[in-house]
Amino acid sequence: MDFFVQQLVNGLTLGSLYALLALGYSIVYGVLGLLNFAQGEVYMVGAFIGFGVLSGLGGPASLAVPVPLALMLMFIAAALGSGALSVAIERIAFKPLREASRIAPLITALGVSVFLQNAVLLLLGPDIRNYDASSFIPFTSGIHAGPLNISLIRIIVIVTTFALMVALTLWVGRSKLGRLMRAVSYDREGAQMIGIDVDRTIMIAFFVGGVLAGIAGVMAGLVFSRVFQLMGFVAGLKAFTGAVIGGIGSIPGAMLGGMLVGLAESFTAAYISSTFQNVIVFAVLVVMMVVRPTGLLGRPTVGKV
Amino acid sequence: MSIGSDRWVETAESRTEGPRGWWGRGKRRWDSLPPLARLGLLVALAALVPLVVSSDFLVRIGVNGLLLALLAVGLNVSVGWAGLLDLGFVAFYGFGAYTFALLSSDQLGIHLPTLLAVPIVILATGLLGLVLGLPSWRLSGDYLAIVTLFFSQIFLELALNFDRLGVDLTGGPNGISGVDPFSVLGFEFSSPTSYFYLLLVLVAVIVTMLYIVDRSRTGRAWRALRDDPLAAEVMTVPIRRLKLMAFATGAAVAGLAGSLFASFQLGVYPLNFQVQFLIVIYAALILGGSGSLAGAVAGGIVVTLVLDLLRDPSQASAAFYGVIAVTLIARVRPWRTLAAVVAATVALGFVVHAVVGAIWPVAVTGEVQATGIFGSAIRSWVVLPEDPTTIGNWAFCALVVGVVALTRVSARTRMILLVPLLYLASFVWENRLVDEPSITRQLLLGVLLIVMMISRPHGLLGTRRVERV
Repeated sequence: MDFFVQQLVNGLTLGSLYALLALGYSIVYGVLGLLNFAQGEVYMVGAFIGFGVLSGLGGPASLAVPVPLALMLMFIAAALGSGALSVAIERIAFKPLREASRIAPLITALGVSVFLQNAVLLLLGPDIRNYDASSFIPFTSGIHAGPLNISLIRIIVIVTTFALMVALTLWVGRSKLGRLMRAVSYDREGAQMIGIDVDRTIMIAFFVGGVLAGIAGVMAGLVFSRVFQLMGFVAGLKAFTGAVIGGIGSIPGAMLGGMLVGLAESFTAAYISSTFQNVIVFAVLVVMMVVRPTGLLGRPTVGKV
Repeated sequence: MSIGSDRWVETAESRTEGPRGWWGRGKRRWDSLPPLARLGLLVALAALVPLVVSSDFLVRIGVNGLLLALLAVGLNVSVGWAGLLDLGFVAFYGFGAYTFALLSSDQLGIHLPTLLAVPIVILATGLLGLVLGLPSWRLSGDYLAIVTLFFSQIFLELALNFDRLGVDLTGGPNGISGVDPFSVLGFEFSSPTSYFYLLLVLVAVIVTMLYIVDRSRTGRAWRALRDDPLAAEVMTVPIRRLKLMAFATGAAVAGLAGSLFASFQLGVYPLNFQVQFLIVIYAALILGGSGSLAGAVAGGIVVTLVLDLLRDPSQASAAFYGVIAVTLIARVRPWRTLAAVVAATVALGFVVHAVVGAIWPVAVTGEVQATGIFGSAIRSWVVLPEDPTTIGNWAFCALVVGVVALTRVSARTRMILLVPLLYLASFVWENRLVDEPSITRQLLLGVLLIVMMISRPHGLLGTRRVERV
């Protein structure tokens, strides 16, 4: 039982990261119908920005400011930096291809992904950076009651993710910008005709996606401690699948899908085989995508002729 | 000018005439040759390469180039013709290589003759292509891309971990070494030159076969499937069968390439089949022109040449400045502007070098990789700090920002901005990129994919396609 609860918490933590990334995929996909392969790289850059702030504030062992303030600063810097990067990627790699074939933006996204990985490798070198989160958020803090053993970091991650999801749902559902985004995603040409600034709306979608990825990156640093150039690729892959499994374009769907991928991963590692963990998770994801491409909460789309 | 006449109409004939002069005459004569004769000429020309170049290193590059060309030709079937974005292609290549290695090494103690092993590998990889092509029945576009990318990840994980389940099948991270070289009718392929000729023949054969397929009913049906799957299906094109055929054909070619690779390298290692190599294959196909056989072959050879030349710093510098020169000549018109830009850049370099050298002498004492006259010219032109890492990194960031800015300003500003950017580029190159060849290779591939897709999506040799609105 203890072990099961522990794995559940692990799965939810991991799932939170995937869910945030999946939300970013989902928003961009909803507005543009485009898979942004580079999202995983944006997440990686976010993690590095968070690390930069952390070392700027004196490093994990000797923080110059109170811990909550440091965390806030890390999250804000990573969110803004990643958001800006995401917008830049859209401008450079996707905007010129609005009218091109569907394959073209996928290939440029692949190019952006390779470029970012190696640019970071060139600038920062191959060393793995360590958040060493346990030295400023001790493992002993958090909930420790009977079988329940949840460290504060995991609580922060899970609670922040849920809060962000609620905020995002409200924002897309209630605010004017959210309405614009829904209009663009429903019918881009129609939206343009009634005077909506489509380019700006798409830019905002990319910015929000980048912000979420940046926050997820800092969380990844806090949870796993290790931050490196290749962390984004596979995480992005799994998160996108989460978005598809939940039903792409749907916010609760992305959340659900991300959580499911996280849970599947942690339970596979715990109960089946940690060697073939990725193989099994990938195989499950392939089967789910093939069996139900519209996702759990998505509605089947009817192709227009 | 009388009413009803129009310059555009008047000059219509000369525009359809195509290029003039010796270039135009040559091109027309070339185009009028039968395809087989064109292929034969190119093969004959390529066959001279090992006779002209003496070093094994260069012949090896030739072998790598032909291998990549073969892979790009295979990938072209599913991506270029059938329009199925297959990101699992590298798994077919790896599967072929591993299967060949298992059939002809001490790993399982099996040593099949080459003429038996290769057909088995091709058949097995083709079958794998059929199976992994099945998701394309239900998924298309991005979803198919993701699922196939999962396949390549699964393959890699299996190759890395299949040494722990009782049987040591793949050798884990160490791979399988000691793979037999090809041996046909008593002749053992041992030198790079022999592999070069073998590959040359095989590439020619495969290209001919695929050319025939492309011209056939199947080829036309693939293009119909690519351009509009729904319309194709409505017109009773059997799209499911065609999708599987495209996957299987591409996979079979990859299997052949894999077995050649395994025997040429005398081993297979998981690192050879990572996503990075998938990007290389895609770069070759996109550069040459997706959908064009000649493009795929040319792309494979050019990409290999550029990437392999980067391994050797002095050749890398020549390649770098060569590419910049060619790009400038092709893009900057008229020639007066070109001359002005080049002169301004050279002048700027000497001025900056002199000023910086006077203020801060340590900044010009760094090492330069190029040798000879060229190297000493570079040394007195580019600022070379003693410890270039930090400033080189900032310069790299500035260069990326500058290049992006270059695409957003007016033509006149662009020419002015070009001068400092060219200098900055060579600064970053000499101080940072030249020391990190493997990173530079990947950076170049990424940039290549982005730039090609945006500025010339049909590649160097492909034909422009009109997209459906």
